Amino acid sequence: MPATTEAGVFDESGLLAKAREGDIAAFNELVNRYSRKIYRLAKHITQNDSDAEDVLQETFMKSFEHLGEFHGQSKFYTWIVRIAVNESLMKLRKRKSDRTVPLDEPLDTGEDTVVREIAVWDDNPEQQYSREELGKILDEAVESLKPAFRTVFVLRDIEELSTEETAEALGISVPAVKSRLLRARLQLREKLTRFFRRKGDDVFAYL
Amino acid sequence: MTFLLTCKEFLQELTDYLDSTVDAELRVKLERHINECPNCFVILDTTQKTIKVYKGMQPQEIPQEVHLRLMKAVERKMAAGKTATGKPSA
Repeated sequence: MPATTEAGVFDESGLLAKAREGDIAAFNELVNRYSRKIYRLAKHITQNDSDAEDVLQETFMKSFEHLGEFHGQSKFYTWIVRIAVNESLMKLRKRKSDRTVPLDEPLDTGEDTVVREIAVWDDNPEQQYSREELGKILDEAVESLKPAFRTVFVLRDIEELSTEETAEALGISVPAVKSRLLRARLQLREKLTRFFRRKGDDVFAYL
Repeated sequence: MTFLLTCKEFLQELTDYLDSTVDAELRVKLERHINECPNCFVILDTTQKTIKVYKGMQPQEIPQEVHLRLMKAVERKMAAGKTATGKPSA
């Protein structure tokens, strides 16, 4: 299986070496390169602006602190994502009063991949909405997922980590990633159908 | 003669099919199911579109004050010392 994804195609070893020696500009460059993605990831998992900001800062503080231990066996991005996921999960766990399901709680065995809405979508459904509207629709759909599903979906389909990287970042098995991803995707599909279905059509429009 | 997959079996393999991690034999079975089952065809198509629409989302700019606080925090950290836990290479 190919080990590369599109993030970080460019060689960062030079930047990393400089940052390790305390070169401020080099580390800032790394921060600027990934801060938006890390902030988005933290917001998706914690669903809270101030927690997301804490996670963002902690992630780069910790990555700077431990830069000497990073030897480039994985990509820098994957490494900081792992830090950000840990920090985000800690935030979630601290919210004891939350109604959310703990991430490490075993989920059922996947009997409930229920599909209710079967409607044809437009070819490029996202084009019916402005960038802002679309962002809101997509974010709200993700936020409505249970944390265990949400986290897997965010890492796999938004941040584009591999199944193995996702399993490692979350400390769960590969089959657990796959089964949660399936259900997250199906649930999102269901939620988005309301917005993206082709008007006035039914399933037979394809035939 | 090979069995046709049920819709439930199809759904269980959907994620692997979308991620192209099924073997050739299973792929043929899944594709045969899609050809014969309009509902599963729609589910496949709309799930593919779901993934595509999320992948196309670019991260938004961080609010400026959040960015400034981050840069300040990084600066303080760097001023406080070199990468503390880095082991000497020699």
